[in-house]
Amino acid sequence: MIIKILGSGCKKCVALAENAKAAAQSEGITAEIEKVTDIIAIASYGIMSTPGLVVDEKVVSSGRVLSVAQIAPLLKEATT
Amino acid sequence: MQDVFIWLNDQLLRMQWLSDLVTLLVRDGLGLDPVSRIGASVHFFIYDVIKIFILLSVLIFSISFVQSYFPPERTRRILGQRQGLWANTLAALLGTITPFCSCSSIPLFIGFTSAGLPLAVTFSFLISSPLVDLASVILLASIFNWSIALAYVVIGLVLAVLGGTLIGRMNLGDQVADFVYQSPVSDHDNDGTISRRERLAYAGEQVREIAARVWIYVLIGVGIGAAIHNWIPEDFISALLGQDKWWSVLVATVAGVPMYADIFGTLPIAEALVGKGVGLGTALTFMMAVTALSLPSMIMLKRVVKLPLLAVFIGIVTVGIILIGYIFNATAHLFV
Repeated sequence: MIIKILGSGCKKCVALAENAKAAAQSEGITAEIEKVTDIIAIASYGIMSTPGLVVDEKVVSSGRVLSVAQIAPLLKEATT
Repeated sequence: MQDVFIWLNDQLLRMQWLSDLVTLLVRDGLGLDPVSRIGASVHFFIYDVIKIFILLSVLIFSISFVQSYFPPERTRRILGQRQGLWANTLAALLGTITPFCSCSSIPLFIGFTSAGLPLAVTFSFLISSPLVDLASVILLASIFNWSIALAYVVIGLVLAVLGGTLIGRMNLGDQVADFVYQSPVSDHDNDGTISRRERLAYAGEQVREIAARVWIYVLIGVGIGAAIHNWIPEDFISALLGQDKWWSVLVATVAGVPMYADIFGTLPIAEALVGKGVGLGTALTFMMAVTALSLPSMIMLKRVVKLPLLAVFIGIVTVGIILIGYIFNATAHLFV
């Protein structure tokens, strides 16, 4: 699974990336986490506020730092 | 009743108590004469910095709470349902409350345009967003007075509506970078339904984030304000920017456009200028020029629109704020 964190490198993006990593671990999913920092690349996902969370090229959240518990079900959903 | 209002206004907004307190500090704590040059500069600096940070924290907290109900996705949905001048007006109004900094202008522009919102509406939003925000209104009321603050808002909104409409009329749809139209519209739901606790946490976070971003501009702005206030001869300023000089508004615009600063940093400069006899319109023009147009945001916008459209945007906004300056200077006696 490829998880992308969309954001220009702010503190929130780092927090979201860490939560996503932890969520993948707790769900036993092997995930590769990528950071997308170019503003145009970010916008090309159609989101208007950062940080954004993209799971296998699908935007699942934007503008919020989701907690580990909030991310886990999103990852699970993506694997089924 | 009116006395109560005036008292509240003086103490809460203008913070007369703080001014008195700082006077005490300057006189007894630092041993400086508060009416001497150095004493007055120190007073201006301490008083304005503390005042702006108190107002900034309270304002950003309450405004962010309101803003949490209007994430950009929801704004886009609301705007998509309206048409014509009404859509422009709504865009200008929503621009005042939607969370926005110049760094998010690109995602907003792409997000609005790819979803099919007309350029007119998008630009109304882009003009009003940095220009008029609720925090600047209350700060203006604190530093000047309420009628000036309200006039600033109304005029800012009119500029946004007219500017956007004008850009829409010019049929510049082909002047947008092609990839913008091909960008997907994210359909995931972000309609602002979060719990009150999350909203409060968000508001608190915004205060920290914005304070961390703007404190340096505030210090620089207040520093320049203090310098203008006490050190730069009035003759010099009035020769350059005086009320009777027809070019004053133009000078303010040329000086302000390339500058990048937050409204919080610009206000103390405007305050000091007006104190030195600069016309109100000239000071407002300077503020609008600094906040609405800046080199960094132009460079970012250039990535998504072609040069002619960018030039039209800059041209319309510049002419708009120049006109506002002259109108305000001509009618200032109504507001003071």
